[in-house]
Amino acid sequence: MSLRQFIDQAVSPWMQGDGPDGDIVLSSRIRLARNLDDYAFPIMATVDQAKKAMEYIKDHLNGASYHGLGKFEWVEMSRLKPIEKRVLVEKHLISPNLAEDSNYSAALINETESISIMINEEDHLRIQCLFPGFQLNEALTLASGVDDWLEEMFNFAFDEQRGYLTSCPTNVGTGLRASVMVHLPALMITQRMNRIAPAINQFGLVVRGIYGEGSEALGNVFQISNQITLGKSEEDIVEDLRGVVMQLIQQEKAARRDLLSYSKIQLEDRVYRSYGVLKYSRVIHSKEAAKCLSDVRLGIDLGLIKGVSRNILNELMIITQPGFLQHYFKEALEPDERDVRRAILIRERIQMEENQ
Amino acid sequence: MECQECHMRPATLHFTKIVNGKKMEVHLCERCAKEKGEVMAGSNAFSIHNLLSGFLNFEQLTGQRENDPFSGDVQCPKCGLTYSEFAKIGKFGCAQCYRAFNHLLDPILRKVHAGNTAHTGKIPKRTGKNISTKRKIQSLKEELQYLIEREEFEKAAVIRDQIRALEKGGNEL
Repeated sequence: MSLRQFIDQAVSPWMQGDGPDGDIVLSSRIRLARNLDDYAFPIMATVDQAKKAMEYIKDHLNGASYHGLGKFEWVEMSRLKPIEKRVLVEKHLISPNLAEDSNYSAALINETESISIMINEEDHLRIQCLFPGFQLNEALTLASGVDDWLEEMFNFAFDEQRGYLTSCPTNVGTGLRASVMVHLPALMITQRMNRIAPAINQFGLVVRGIYGEGSEALGNVFQISNQITLGKSEEDIVEDLRGVVMQLIQQEKAARRDLLSYSKIQLEDRVYRSYGVLKYSRVIHSKEAAKCLSDVRLGIDLGLIKGVSRNILNELMIITQPGFLQHYFKEALEPDERDVRRAILIRERIQMEENQ
Repeated sequence: MECQECHMRPATLHFTKIVNGKKMEVHLCERCAKEKGEVMAGSNAFSIHNLLSGFLNFEQLTGQRENDPFSGDVQCPKCGLTYSEFAKIGKFGCAQCYRAFNHLLDPILRKVHAGNTAHTGKIPKRTGKNISTKRKIQSLKEELQYLIEREEFEKAAVIRDQIRALEKGGNEL
């Protein structure tokens, strides 16, 4: 398979388009947690109960379609190889949890991979909708529509006082987690992020590295999401997050302008050095790759590097992860070997740009 | 200063404890402090789940005082999860758990959700119809009150009729 074809498969169709504020906001995501009223939650379910719950859901959903969004594919975790599950995790279509604890769990994914419904994760159903760029309201509307569609078939665990009942008390109420992935290189270079992150926390929002809980921010990409799910409406939760992200966009833009006007030559130097590393290195660790990709993307956004497509960051961030690397080279790779292959893959991808 | 527990290692943890109004100075070495469970919050890196089950345990301890109607462990009649198990894992076992532990949940939810204990968001369209109607009547009644106070009786009459229609069981509105 050519690299172009591989990338087209690796990068979900929904991600290939450029969304609003796409120079800073890479993607917007809405997740809704729902449970069946009559079944024990996955954590307490016996093997038999988990199986029953999954089959009950499967009977209703297999081959189903949701208006205008095409068919869904039912993907059972027990039928996948570890490497295939890893690829789904790296595409953010399933959680690491679902991949690890795969007894009677599944995911229902639509053709453009903008909707994924995880079954028997921490909750019976987790609806996830992904959009490119800054489109939280669009994602909420879609997720809510999918929720209504599912509710026609299933009796959800809902309590008048507590709302949608979830396995973890941190999700009860709306069951809603709204998040955006933002690329903030200028706020990091100018060290302003150190002061901004604690302020964001005071709004009841959480700032994390890109791969969810407990991971550091690789390549200056952060995930910002709501923490409170109870006592606020879905619209208010999304609006509060949106307001804070709008501020962040303004701050990042201001920092980029400052860098350009006060230290343009240093910035140019940094960006081109990173470009050089990506273009010529023979061994590259994922951390270094992420840092250089972030620099190059900033260079593209600011017009310092011309003739390279902006998507290079999104694409290479995804396909240089361990799962995709091994998938591309079709063999299991030790970490040292991965660093060599990663360098090869990046060189090939940059070559593609320069041939155009 | 040596540790008052083992009298061997130097004390590195010094704090004042107040038990039943009696003040006590405590000086411990790190190992004895850990064994006695006297490690202070913030001195170690806690994950959100440690923190959460910390809240839950605390609630359980305060709930087990003598003469307390809620003392003893509560068990969910459906899935069998007990409150102390819930406190340990920080997860509910089924929807029924919420009802079984309801009287113990407010303090926990308040801490996790910035003081909130009640849902104000979406209601399921099909199974939640009655709740939706109830909420609609509630908000119409508030509007009615407001209109009456402002002596806008014509508008109030319209709202009153809407409330009557809803109360008769007409869910169409």
